[in-house]
Amino acid sequence: MRWIECGGRLVTGAAAAVVLSTGINAQQPTAPAQPTVTAPQSRFVVVVDAAHGGDDTGGHLNDGQLEKSATLAMSVRLRSLLSARGIQVVTTRESDQSLTPDQRADIANRARAQACISLHAAETGSGTHLFASSLGSSSVAKFMPWKTAQSSFVTRSLALAGVLNSALTHGGTPVTLGRTALPGIDSMACPAVVVELAPARDADKKTTSEPDDLNYQAQIAATLAAAILEWRVEGHQP
Amino acid sequence: MISRAQTVLLILLVVASLTMAAVLFRMRERAHERLLAGQDSAPTQAPSVTAPEQATLMVANDDDNSLRGEVYSLPLPSDPGARARAVLGKLLDLYAAQDSNHPIAGGAASVAQVFLLAAQGGKAVSAGQNEPQLAVVNLKSSFVASHPSGLETESLTVLSICGTLHANLPRVTQVRFLVDGEVRPSLAGHADLTRTYLTSDAVPADLAHP
Repeated sequence: MRWIECGGRLVTGAAAAVVLSTGINAQQPTAPAQPTVTAPQSRFVVVVDAAHGGDDTGGHLNDGQLEKSATLAMSVRLRSLLSARGIQVVTTRESDQSLTPDQRADIANRARAQACISLHAAETGSGTHLFASSLGSSSVAKFMPWKTAQSSFVTRSLALAGVLNSALTHGGTPVTLGRTALPGIDSMACPAVVVELAPARDADKKTTSEPDDLNYQAQIAATLAAAILEWRVEGHQP
Repeated sequence: MISRAQTVLLILLVVASLTMAAVLFRMRERAHERLLAGQDSAPTQAPSVTAPEQATLMVANDDDNSLRGEVYSLPLPSDPGARARAVLGKLLDLYAAQDSNHPIAGGAASVAQVFLLAAQGGKAVSAGQNEPQLAVVNLKSSFVASHPSGLETESLTVLSICGTLHANLPRVTQVRFLVDGEVRPSLAGHADLTRTYLTSDAVPADLAHP
């Protein structure tokens, strides 16, 4: 079984042992007052994962475009918007390359990000679909099984989904929320949300914008960037 | 030169062969006479149609990413495996309809088989046991090939199948998927088909036991 080291990211030095032990077993008496040094609040990294790529084309959108192209375009747009707001962004791919779910999770975990956004596109449904991992919640441990690393972050992932949902809804985009099992997300040790961009539809369910429509993508990306900024400002990050 | 013993043996074998041929010919004639007399071929009982039963289907809706329990009256076989296949067939027929909110082509023929096993250990389940069951749903590749790609729609398909199985066969607590008898990584690029799904994730408690 593959494991991922998760501990030590919140604290540094000798204080790490104190904070980790109190986190794992609340019955233990707390150590004498020692200064716990938290990570600098200014460090805020966002991982943007453009799903599919290379041989994995993803779905076919209604206008004939491939999902991998739509997600890459959305990723580039979102990265630009976040970078412009002074947020450090790590993308899983910048071109039409193939990545396994493990490679995506590996990139996200090395980045020690405070938010991981996996971008998808679909021809069904409408508006935006937000998904968090369906794993059950567990406490943070120093080493976690690779395939269920997300379980320690599910609560924060749901909180991040709530922030994105709120922003998108206020922006007039219909949102559906759900939980699902996705190998790449389940291995990410960060608050992670899948954003699936679906066509915009009017009241008669007629499509008004496809997921690869540039204006539509710009609108959604701007809303997501504002929501992530709010996520940082509100101090949800570890 | 052929010895006397070999000659006798040859004659005996020829006589035995002719005797057996005569016996077989006579048996064939008698079987043919029985068929003509209609002793075995005539139906003795009219085929019976199973009485319709209430079945709860967890129907997916792409518009609001929801599963909704709908009750239908269906003739269901008594065998649990055939029963599971029948309810899933009805579910996929709904999805194949033109006005479906979760459109998927294929219909009832998309489910090749449903196998019911003990939830732990993979031992075949006999009647009367009350232990949890694992349902293995073998889908046809034509269904998977025609399934729309997308995380929401694929997740809804998987969860609606899990929920429908549990709603009608409460002992089914876990579901696995095969495509043409083999494990596939995903349904149409998103929903993970390599894992075992828990039906408790798909069905509200009040719909679990109709």
